[in-house]
Amino acid sequence: MSGASTTAHSVVEPSANSKRLAGFLVILYAVVSMVPLAWIFATGWKTPPDSISYPPKVVFNPSLEGYCNLFTTRTRQTAEYIAALGAPNGECDEVTRRREMVIAGASNYLPRFANSLIIAFGSTFLAVSLGVFSAYAFSRFKIPLADDLLFFILSTRMMPPIAVAIPIYLMYRALGLSDSALGMILLYTAVNVSLAVWLLKGFIDEIPREYEEAAMIDGYTRLQAFFKVVLPQAATGIAATAIFCMIFAWNEYAFAVLLTSGQAQTAPPFIPTIIGEGGMDWPAVGAGTTLFLIPIVVFTVLLRKHLLRGITFGAVRK
Amino acid sequence: MPDIEAIADRAASATPHGVAKVVRGLSDRSIAWLFVAPTMVLLLAINIFPLIWTVYLSFTNFASNRPNRPVVNVGLKWYQDILSSPEIWAAMQATAHFVFWTILFQTLIGFSLAYLIDRKFRGHAFWTTIILIPMMLSPAVVGNFWKFLYQPQIGLFNYVVSFFTGIPPSSFEMLGSVTLAPWAIVIVDTWMWTPYVMLICLAGLRSIPDYILEAAEVDRASRWQQFWSITLPMALPFIMLAVLFRGIENFKMFDMVMLLTGGGPGSTTELASIALKRQAFEAYRTGYSSAFAIILFVVVFGLANVYVKALNKVKQR
Repeated sequence: MSGASTTAHSVVEPSANSKRLAGFLVILYAVVSMVPLAWIFATGWKTPPDSISYPPKVVFNPSLEGYCNLFTTRTRQTAEYIAALGAPNGECDEVTRRREMVIAGASNYLPRFANSLIIAFGSTFLAVSLGVFSAYAFSRFKIPLADDLLFFILSTRMMPPIAVAIPIYLMYRALGLSDSALGMILLYTAVNVSLAVWLLKGFIDEIPREYEEAAMIDGYTRLQAFFKVVLPQAATGIAATAIFCMIFAWNEYAFAVLLTSGQAQTAPPFIPTIIGEGGMDWPAVGAGTTLFLIPIVVFTVLLRKHLLRGITFGAVRK
Repeated sequence: MPDIEAIADRAASATPHGVAKVVRGLSDRSIAWLFVAPTMVLLLAINIFPLIWTVYLSFTNFASNRPNRPVVNVGLKWYQDILSSPEIWAAMQATAHFVFWTILFQTLIGFSLAYLIDRKFRGHAFWTTIILIPMMLSPAVVGNFWKFLYQPQIGLFNYVVSFFTGIPPSSFEMLGSVTLAPWAIVIVDTWMWTPYVMLICLAGLRSIPDYILEAAEVDRASRWQQFWSITLPMALPFIMLAVLFRGIENFKMFDMVMLLTGGGPGSTTELASIALKRQAFEAYRTGYSSAFAIILFVVVFGLANVYVKALNKVKQR
C-alpha cells in the first residue's frame, strides 16, 4: 500500500468534509451490522420469558438462566418435592428451582465444544504440516505441471460438500470411521490442505531464496536449510494459515451434521438442537452461540492484517 | 534480518553427523516429490477416490439404506431424470435467484463501503475490522440465530421493520411466507458476506497508483470522470474476483439456508445443495443424487477454472 506516498500535499487527498461523511456512513454500517450479534449476545443473559417478550426487551434484568440451561439438563418436579429439598446449591440450582425444575445432569454442550476443539486442532496441525512441505516444493522447485497440480489442489476445496459427503459417508461406514474424531480430522485436513498450500506458497515466495542459498553455501543441506532457515522465516505466515484452517474446521457444518451423531458431533450441529419446554430455549441458544463465536471474533482481530490473503488463497496481498 | 551465518553455524553443529549424511544424499528432485506426495495422497484418498465412486454410483440403482440389494447398471437414466425433473429445475431457479441477488447487493454495498473506507477517515482501520466480523462466523450458527431475529411476533427484525414502516410486526413472516423467504436468505447472506466483497474491492482501490489520479487531477478531469475512467476500470479485476468467488460459494450454499429455512416454506428456498441433501440422505436415492452431485460438481469445476484465471490476472498487478 502507498500510505507513505499519500502526503497531505497530494492533490488526491480527500477533503476533510468528504472524510467526515465517509466516516459517518462506514461507522453507521458497522454499528447496524453489529446489531444482530449484540442481540444474540444479550439474549444469552435474558430469562426465557424476557427473550420472547413483545415488544423485544432492550433493557432487562440480566439472568444466568441461559448459561445454566446451556450446561445442564433439567427435569420438572412438584412444588412439594422442591420445597422438601435442602438449600439450593449455587445460582443455577436456584434459577432452575424457580421454574419448578431440578438439575438432572450435565448437557452435551461441553463434550460437543471439546469435540470441536479436538477436531479443529488436529486437522489444523495436519493440514499445515502437509501444506508447508508442499508449498515449499511448489515455491522453490521446478515441478512438472505445477500450475495444473496447484489448480487441482484448489479445486478440491471448491467441491460442494454435500456432493463429496455421499461417497465419504459410504466409505467411512465401510472403514468404521463414521462418527469418529479421526474421520473428521482426516476430512477437514483434506479440505484445509488446499488452502494451506496456496497460502503458504505465497508466504514462502516472499522469503528471498538467497537466505537458503547462503546457508547451503555454508554447508547446509537443502533439508537443513528448509528447517532452520525457511521455517523460522515463515513463522508468521504459518500462524496465519493455521488460524484460517482452524476457523474453517470450527465453523464447518455440512460434513459434521451428515457424518457425526453421538460420539464425534461438533458444536455447530449441536447448537440448533438446544430446545427447552415448548420450543427453542433462546437464552441457552444465545449463551451457546456467544461462547462459540467469541474465539472467532478474537481470531478475526488478530488476523486482520492477513485476512485478505486468507480469503483469496494468498493471491491478493495488499 | 537475522545473521544467516550464525544460524547456519548453530544448525550445522546441532545436526548429528549420521542424519546429515543421510539427508545430504537427497537430491532436490527427490525432496520435491517427498514434499508434495503426502498432500497428493491425502487428496486422492479423500477427494478423488470418492469422486470416482460418485461417478460410478451415478450409473447404478444403489441405495445406501438397502446395501444388500443387487446393484444394477442403469446407464444414463438418472441424468435424464434429473434434467427433466421439475423439482430439480425449481431448485436451480431458487439457486439462481439467490446467487444473482446476493452478488448484486454485496457488490454494490461492498464496493461503496470500500470506496468510503478508502477516504481514510480517522479510525478507518478499526471500523474495517468490526465490519469484517460477520464473514468469519459459522454460517450454520448464523442461520440459527437469524431464525430467532426473524420470528414474526417476538423477533427483532420484524420489530425494527414495523418501527420504521408502521406495518404490524405480526402481519408478515419472513421465513413462513412463500414470497418473503427467498429474500430472507438473501438478506442474511448479504449481511454476512458484504464484508468479503468490501475487503477485496478495498485491495483493488488501493492498488491504483496515486500518480494516475494525480495526473488526472492535473488534466482537470472531474471526480466523476476519474471514477468512471480510472477508479472503476482499475478495480474491476478485483471486483470480478469477489463476484466469482461469491458465485461459486453461493451456488453450493447449504449450511446457512438449511438452518434458516430448511428449504421451506414448501420448497421455495430449496437450493441445489439442499435438494441434493434431501435426495441423498432423506430419500436415500443414492444413484440419483450421485448423478445430481456430478452435475453440480461440473458446474463448480468450470467456475473454479475461470476463478483461478482471474486470480492469476489479479496476482500480476
